[in-house]
Amino acid sequence: MQDFLSSLVNVAFHGIAYGMILYLISVGLSVTMGLMGFANLAHGVFAMAGGYMMLSAMSGLDVPFPLAIVGAFVAVALASMVLERFLYSRLYSAGELEQVLFTIGLIFMSVALARLVYGPLPQPVFIPGYLKGQIHLLGSGFPAYRVFLIVFSVALAGLLWFGVERTRWGAMVRATVDYRLMAQSLGINTARLFTLTFGLGSGLAALGGALGAEIIAVQPTYPFEHLVYFLIVVAVGGLGSLRGPFVAALLIGVFDTACKYWVPEFGSFFIYVATIAVLLWRPEGLFGKAT
Amino acid sequence: MRLKLSTLIAVLALSAAVGSATAQTVKIGVITTYSGPTAGQGDQLDKGFKLYLKLNGNKLPPGVKVEPIFRDDTGANPDAAKRVAQELIVRDKVQFLTGVVWTPNAAAIAPLTAEAHVPFIIANAAGWNIPRMSDYVARVSHTLPQSAYPLGKWAAKKFKRVYTVVADFAPGHEAEAAFIKGYKDAGGEIVGSARVPLANTDFIPYMQRVKDAKPNAIFAFNPGGKQATAQMKAFGDLELGKAGIKYIGTGDITADEELQNMGDAALGVLTVHHYSAAGDRPANKSFVAAYKKEYGEKLNPGYMAAVAWDAMDLIFHVIREQKGKIDPDKTMQLIRNYKNPDSPRGPIQIDPETRDIVQNEYLREVRKVNGQLANVELEIVETQYKDPWKEFNKAK
Amino acid sequence: MKHAGGYIADSRIRAIEWLPWAFALLCYYAAPSYLSLGSYILTMILFALSLDLILGYGGIITLGHSAYFGTGAYVAGIVAVRLTGEPLVGLLAGALAAGVLGLVTGMIILRTRGLALLMLTLAITSVCFEVANKATSLTGGADGLGGFSLLPILGLFRFDMFGKTAYLYCLAILFASWWLVRKLVYSPFGASLTGVRENNLRMHAVGAPVYQRLVASYTISATLAGLAGALLTQTTQFVGLNALGFQLSGELIVMLVLGGVGRIYGAFVGPLVYLVLQDYLAKRFPEYWYFGIGAMLVLVVLFARGGILGIIDAGILRLRRKS
Repeated sequence: MQDFLSSLVNVAFHGIAYGMILYLISVGLSVTMGLMGFANLAHGVFAMAGGYMMLSAMSGLDVPFPLAIVGAFVAVALASMVLERFLYSRLYSAGELEQVLFTIGLIFMSVALARLVYGPLPQPVFIPGYLKGQIHLLGSGFPAYRVFLIVFSVALAGLLWFGVERTRWGAMVRATVDYRLMAQSLGINTARLFTLTFGLGSGLAALGGALGAEIIAVQPTYPFEHLVYFLIVVAVGGLGSLRGPFVAALLIGVFDTACKYWVPEFGSFFIYVATIAVLLWRPEGLFGKAT
Repeated sequence: MRLKLSTLIAVLALSAAVGSATAQTVKIGVITTYSGPTAGQGDQLDKGFKLYLKLNGNKLPPGVKVEPIFRDDTGANPDAAKRVAQELIVRDKVQFLTGVVWTPNAAAIAPLTAEAHVPFIIANAAGWNIPRMSDYVARVSHTLPQSAYPLGKWAAKKFKRVYTVVADFAPGHEAEAAFIKGYKDAGGEIVGSARVPLANTDFIPYMQRVKDAKPNAIFAFNPGGKQATAQMKAFGDLELGKAGIKYIGTGDITADEELQNMGDAALGVLTVHHYSAAGDRPANKSFVAAYKKEYGEKLNPGYMAAVAWDAMDLIFHVIREQKGKIDPDKTMQLIRNYKNPDSPRGPIQIDPETRDIVQNEYLREVRKVNGQLANVELEIVETQYKDPWKEFNKAK
Repeated sequence: MKHAGGYIADSRIRAIEWLPWAFALLCYYAAPSYLSLGSYILTMILFALSLDLILGYGGIITLGHSAYFGTGAYVAGIVAVRLTGEPLVGLLAGALAAGVLGLVTGMIILRTRGLALLMLTLAITSVCFEVANKATSLTGGADGLGGFSLLPILGLFRFDMFGKTAYLYCLAILFASWWLVRKLVYSPFGASLTGVRENNLRMHAVGAPVYQRLVASYTISATLAGLAGALLTQTTQFVGLNALGFQLSGELIVMLVLGGVGRIYGAFVGPLVYLVLQDYLAKRFPEYWYFGIGAMLVLVVLFARGGILGIIDAGILRLRRKS
C-alpha cells in the first residue's frame, strides 16, 4: 500500500511536470491558431529558435540562464513580428490549405538553416546548478528542474488568463477575433494588434522551446517531430480558449505518464486513442466554442 | 527530333565509355541519412567516409581513381533507399554500394545487389539476418547480439537482478532477447522488461518504474541520439544511481559523438561495444587525432564514423588487389578473406562463411578523461568474436 | 478567379488531357535510367489523385491518408509473402482492405469537420503505424517486410531490375484509376461533392445526403490510396513503416496543393514537380535540399494561389487579354 501510494505521488508529479512542458510549448500555438485563426504549422520553428537562442547565449556568451530565457523570448518575438508583417499578414485572407502549405515551406527552410548553423546533432543543455538535484518532500525526492517548470507554467497560465480576460488589450484581441471588421470600425488598429499577438504567441513558443530543451532536445528537425503533440494539445483543449490547452496538457501529461508507468506495453497507443475519444465526444475540444 | 535525341544519347554513351577506358575510375555509391530526425547518425557515416577519402584517397594503383557518389535515404525509409540504390546501380553504374544506417533500408537494398551482382558493404545497419539475404552483402559494423549477449553473460556475474528497458522496434527487441538469453543462461534474474515507443521523449515514467522494482542494474537499449541523452538524464534526475542501480547496455547508449551532451549522469555507466574514441590503440589515436583535426577539436568520432572508415578501407583494399578492374565475384572472394589487424577498433576480419564482421568486444566504463566524458575500455570480454545469433538461429 | 473544380456538362475528354499520357510514354523511351523514380512518381500521382477526390472535391482536409496507403501496401506485401505472388491479386486485396478501413473509419470520423477531423485522421494513421510496429510476426515491424518475389503480371510480364515492367504497370493502373476518377467527378455524384465543399449547409437544405456522400467518396478515395500503396509494395518489393507515417500524408498534401487542388491534373503536376525537384536537389545538396523545396512552397503560396496550375491559368488569362 505504501508502495502504491508513493508511486501514485510520483506518477502524479511527473505527469504534471510533463504536461506543463507540453503546455509551455503549445500555448503559443493556441494563441496564434485559436485567437488569430491562422493554421500556423510552423509553430515549432519558433520553439526551436528559442531553444537554440538560449543554448548559444549560454554556451557562447556565458549569459546566465534566466537572462538567456528572457533573451530568447524577446528575440524570437521581435523576429516573428517582422515575419508576420512581411509574410504572414498576406495570408490572413487565404484558405487554410494555403496557410498549411506556406507554413510547411517555412518549416522546410528553417530545418535546413538550423542544420547549416548548428549541425545535425542535438544541442547539449546544461541547466544551472541551483536547478539541479532533487527536492525532498514528504519522503520522496522530486527533480528540482521539474518542480521549477511546474511553478513557472502555472504562473504563466495565470498571467495569460489575466492578460486576455481582464485587460484592455485582451478585450481588444477577443473583439478582433470575433469580428474583425467591427473591431476595425470601432477604431481598433487590428493589424497592429495581430502583429503583437503573433509576437506573443511566437515568444511563448520560444519560451517553451528554451525551458523544455532539457527534456525535449533541440535539433534541426524539431519543428516536424513535435508538431503532432502541439496540435493534439490545441485540438483537445479547444480552439480559442486559454484554459483549454492548460487542462488538455495536464490531462495528457498525467494519463500518458500513468499509462507508461503501469501499462508500458500500450504506451504508444494511449495519446492517439485518447485524442480520438475526446474529439469524437467533443469535436470542438474540451473548452472550445461550439461552431 | 527523335533521331537527334538518339544520336545525342549515343554520343554521350560513347564518350562515357571512352572516358572510363583511359582512366580506371571505380564508382562507389554511398547511401546514408542526410536529412530527417536521424541525420545525426548519417552524418557520422558521412564524416568517416570523407575522412578516409581525404587522407587515403590516393593510395591506389597508378591510373586508378575512386569516384564516390553520396546519396540521401532520408531516414528509415526502405523504398527511398531502394530507389536510390537502384539508380546508383542502373544509372551511375557503381561497382560498390556502402553506407546505410538503417536495417530496413539495407534489407530493401540487399535483394537488388544479388540481382545486379554489386558488392554491398554495410557500414551500420545491424539486423543480424541481413547478410543472409544476398551473397553480395558483407558487413563491417556489428550485430546487436554481438555486444548484448556477452554483456548478459558478464552481467550475470555482477548483478543478481536486472530490469531491461529497450526501444520498441526490431533492434530493441533483438538487443533485449540477446541480453536476456546471455544473462539468464548464466543464472541471472530478470525482474521486469519495458519497451519504449520510438516517438517517446520523456523517459521519467519508465525510469520510475525501474526504480520502484529495485533491481541491481538496468539494461538499456535505445536508437542513440537524443533518446540516449533523454534516457540518461532521466536516470540521473531520479537518482537511480544513488539507489544502488547500475546503468548498463550496448555501446549505443553512450555513443561517443553524443556522450558529452549527457552530463555527469553518465559517469560510471558500463557498456560492451566494439569501438570507443578513448581506445588506447595507436591506430585509434591517430584516427581520433585526424578526425579532430578535420572536424573540430571538441568533436569525437562515434562508432559509426570508425566503422565507415573501416568500410572504406576494405573497399580500397579490394580495389588495390584487383588493380581497379572490379569483378564482383572476385571482389566478394577478397572480402571474405579480408583482415585488418590494425583498425581503430583493434583487429577485425570478415567471417568467410557469414560475410559478417569478427571483432573484439570491449567492456567500457564512462569516466572523465581530461575534463571530457569518455568510454574507457576496461577489458576485452570477447576476443575475435562472431555474431552469436547466427549460431542460435541456424539457416533453414 | 474560381477554378473549374466541379460539374461540367461536357465530360468528353479534351485533346490536352492526353498530354500527360503522351509525356509519360515519352519518358519511358527518353529516360530509361530514371524509370524507378518514374514509377514512384506515378504511384504518388495515384495517391495524390485519391486525396484530390476528398480534399479537392469533398473539402476534407486530412493528415491521415497514409493510413489507407500503408494498409494497401502492407496487405499487398502480406499477400505476396503468405498467399500468392500474383501481382493483381495483391493489388486487389490491398485496395479492398484499404477501402474497408476507409469505410469504417470514414463512418466514424466524417461527422466532424475542420481541426477535429484533421486530428482524427492523424490519430488514426498513428494508431495504424503503432499496430504495424507491434505486429512484427505479420509485418516485420521496424525491419520492414520484404523477401517476397512476385510472379509475372498475368503470367506474361516479369518485373525486371531496370524497372521497365514496373513503370508500365504503374502507368496502366494510374490510367485506369484516372478514368474512374474522371467519370466520378463529371457525374452528378461529383457535382454533389463539389456542392458539399462549397456550401455544406445549403446541401443539407436541398436535402442532399451529405454524410452518405462524404462516406462514399472517402471510401473510394481510401480504396485508390490502398491501390497506390499496393503498387509501391510491388514495384519496390518491400514495405516499411514509413508507408503509414503521417509525414507521408503531410508530404502528399504539399504535393497536391502545390499542383492545384480540385482539378484532377493538379495531382499530376504537383508530385511530378515536387519529386523531380527533390531528386535533383537531394543529389546536389544531400544535407540541405529541404531549403529549396521550402522556398518553392513559400513562393508558390505568396505569388500564386491555386498552385502551379493556378499560375498557368493566370498566365493563359493574361495572354488572352493581351491578344
